[in-house]
Amino acid sequence: MPARPLSPHLSVYRFAHNMVLSFSHRISGLYLALGLLVLVWWFGAAAGSEAAFADANRLLSHWFARLLLLGWLLAFCYHLANGIRHLLWDAGVGLEKQQARRGSAIVVVITLLFFAVMAWRLFAAAAGTP
Amino acid sequence: MSLRTPLGVALGRGAARAGVHHWWVQRVTAVALVPLTLWLLFSLSRLPLADQAAVTDWIAAGWHPVLLCLTILVMAWHSVLGVQVVIEDYVHVKLTRTVTLLLVNFIHVVVAAAGIYAVLRVAFRSP
Repeated sequence: MPARPLSPHLSVYRFAHNMVLSFSHRISGLYLALGLLVLVWWFGAAAGSEAAFADANRLLSHWFARLLLLGWLLAFCYHLANGIRHLLWDAGVGLEKQQARRGSAIVVVITLLFFAVMAWRLFAAAAGTP
Repeated sequence: MSLRTPLGVALGRGAARAGVHHWWVQRVTAVALVPLTLWLLFSLSRLPLADQAAVTDWIAAGWHPVLLCLTILVMAWHSVLGVQVVIEDYVHVKLTRTVTLLLVNFIHVVVAAAGIYAVLRVAFRSP
């Protein structure tokens, strides 16, 4: 059976903010899926021996791991804010073009604020622990 | 009354019938995850995460094992539904898509099981 034709997408759409938020929702979701693996692994280490937990935390203290963790925090804040916007859309709220544009701005602002607050709390606190 | 032609049904064409359910469950899990993940994030941010005793005490305390198991389960569920959609969007070869979807589903089940097991291990340990 011949492959069915697929409409062009990335090659033809004019750049728009909503579009970026849409990609970001998908990308943050995928990244969070990976993060779930790490979270469960960490819980496993907490349930395990002292050595296992110490190893896990040591790995997570590495600068690259910290960067990834910050990424997970940002992805979470964004996915939550934009996710709520999606739920509002599903309820029929905010679907007009002007409303959607305003919604995009609100999501970005909330994401950054929430991220800043939680990053400060989590990483400032971590910097204080041995 | 179904709008599908008998030929369409016989050839297996058209919607697979479970699409709306998938969409709905994705929304239900999303709504549940708002309070659950916020609770998890705020709780973790107040814990001395390097202190295993503190962390395990927190996991085992009161309602936490139940909430944690629920959070892990619902996160995995929401995640598997989302990842499924992404794979269906981008993998066009049927065999590759089927295998990838199977793998992704199995991985999510293992992840959820491992998470719940870890929580229960801590919750049921002797004091």
